Amino acid sequence: MFAYIVRRLFAVIVMLLVVTLVTFFIFFTIPKLTGADPAAMYVGKQADPETIEGIRQKLGLSDPVLVQFWHFVSGIFAGRDYTGGGTVDHCPAPCFGYSFRTEQAVWPILTDRLPPTLALAGGACVIWLLLGVTAGVVSALKRGTKIDRGAMMTALAGVSLPIYFTALLLLALFKYKLGWTSSEYVDFADDPAGWFGGLILPWVALAFLYAAMYARLTRATMMEVLGEDYIRTARAKGLTERMVIGKHAMRSTMTPIATILGMDLGALVGSAILTESAFNLPGLGQAAVTAINNRDLPIILGVVLIAATAVVVANLVVDLLYAVIDPRVRLS
Amino acid sequence: MTAPLPETSATGTATVVADAEIPVPGTTIEGRSPWRIAWTRLKRDKLALAGGIVVLLLVLVAIFAPLIVDLFGHPPNEYHEDQIDPLFGTPKGSWGGINGDFLFGVEPVNGRDVFSRVVYGARVSLLVAFLSAVVAVLIGTVLGIIAGYFGGWVDTVVSRVMDALLAFPQLLFIIALISVVPNELWGLTGSGVRMAVLIAVIGFFGWPYVGRIVRGQTLSLREREYVEAARSLGAGRTYILFRELLPNLVAPITVYATLMIPTNVLTEAALSFLGAGVKPPTSSWGQMLSKAVNTYEGDPMFMVIPGLAIFVTVLAFNLFGDGVRDALDPKGSR
Repeated sequence: MFAYIVRRLFAVIVMLLVVTLVTFFIFFTIPKLTGADPAAMYVGKQADPETIEGIRQKLGLSDPVLVQFWHFVSGIFAGRDYTGGGTVDHCPAPCFGYSFRTEQAVWPILTDRLPPTLALAGGACVIWLLLGVTAGVVSALKRGTKIDRGAMMTALAGVSLPIYFTALLLLALFKYKLGWTSSEYVDFADDPAGWFGGLILPWVALAFLYAAMYARLTRATMMEVLGEDYIRTARAKGLTERMVIGKHAMRSTMTPIATILGMDLGALVGSAILTESAFNLPGLGQAAVTAINNRDLPIILGVVLIAATAVVVANLVVDLLYAVIDPRVRLS
Repeated sequence: MTAPLPETSATGTATVVADAEIPVPGTTIEGRSPWRIAWTRLKRDKLALAGGIVVLLLVLVAIFAPLIVDLFGHPPNEYHEDQIDPLFGTPKGSWGGINGDFLFGVEPVNGRDVFSRVVYGARVSLLVAFLSAVVAVLIGTVLGIIAGYFGGWVDTVVSRVMDALLAFPQLLFIIALISVVPNELWGLTGSGVRMAVLIAVIGFFGWPYVGRIVRGQTLSLREREYVEAARSLGAGRTYILFRELLPNLVAPITVYATLMIPTNVLTEAALSFLGAGVKPPTSSWGQMLSKAVNTYEGDPMFMVIPGLAIFVTVLAFNLFGDGVRDALDPKGSR
């Protein structure tokens, strides 16, 4: 087990380095190929050549890409000093550089933006699990009935609705027509009720999409499990239906769901962009969209890295949990 | 609760087909190819057929967009300020200005014909979705089959690349990438560049999903007797890969490709919604929705119509794709 964890951790680190390198390479070389100058982007178009040259020296933008990459990666772990123009700016670890636009350090900007994204993902996850798994199990047990068809048609509609469309419909109805919620994000510490009120529509919109996917997955898995021999055995030895479904069938059904859940939660850190921009939530995704419109490369790089880390770490956690949940998995 | 029935497809078509298998006295039994059987099954699946018909209609609308707009609409970039209430910038009349002349109403502020813009939007949406699926299937199939058949370090490299690509925050990455792509590329300009880049990037991030499936299937197929037979008869690698293995992979690839198109439609719309899609004045559904964000309080129809266009398209492809999957499922009774 220990060796397995170490090997997986090593793979995770390599993967993250590759993702960083590729992202770094693309976002620092494509602008160069197309004639845009990162140093000029940093100080603005009106700056005189001398200032631009100074910034280039200070940020090390004329170094080879691999050298820049090394400075960037070591900055994350050990902090980094920017020397130039007679001053030294220390950027403490984890250093992701400075925003091209606001000249603030990237890391604090990102950590400020993390809570809304986590709150969005966490709250929606609770709703979609309850709704999706229940609908899926009921559908599988009542296969072919009106309940099953109704639930599955709803689920199909759910996966076919673009989230930003659901979001706009919810906003049009509950915010503007009925006036039930304000849908403005406030910090939990400032106003818990307002926090809840601001997040309820985003939760519902996001949860509807995922509940639909989980209902389809749960139904398919449950039906497959119900056809297994050990379910017949459980029935044959006289267990109550409640025991057969609740204990024996549910356990196997939940294994793939746990896998998908881990991966989805990891991916959500990066893919909540749409929900965040539709509801104007000040999360990581929104920070990324703003940064992309401003061509603020350091922030883009930071968000991509955080999101990739979330995916890779979530996958690792799922794999490890898998070994615990499912005794058939052998760690070879 | 009764004991579960053996394999029944979601819509219960399998049982119907099973009944049809019983030979009627006086008729001869004829052999049917798997594709024929799948077609018979698909024809009985009403929802899938309905989806298929809608898909076909959408494709026709996309192809004949100029003709349709000529007959029923106004040029997509023609301003109709006379249709707009000068005080609020919203369309005159109720329901977003829908009337006999403007079938889907007009856009707020400038009064462009929503019908024409939706019709032209279908072109962008379907073209990007289809072609990016083609790109994904091509790369995914070739690399998946190679990784699965050769194994060893080839497999390790391809699998690791797939893992790394799947770990990328795709949407984020695509938007960022599109924002740094220049306006002129490969001799294309404006919307052409954006479309080409969208197709390439969506396809590129889609191939690992196809690759994983193809690799897995190839791993099990390469041990089959017919492959061994071909090898012992002296068939070359290329022959085995593309003449022996590929035909047996067509079914899973078809299923995946059909289900990939609606995802691509959603991705394209999402990118346009975030401002990384085709550039105005070329119209796309996601772009219309993102414009509607500012106006839907006063004019909800301009938000509802492109939203419904995306929804209907994706739903139709999903229904059709689910039907194709059930029809091609070898577990279903033939």
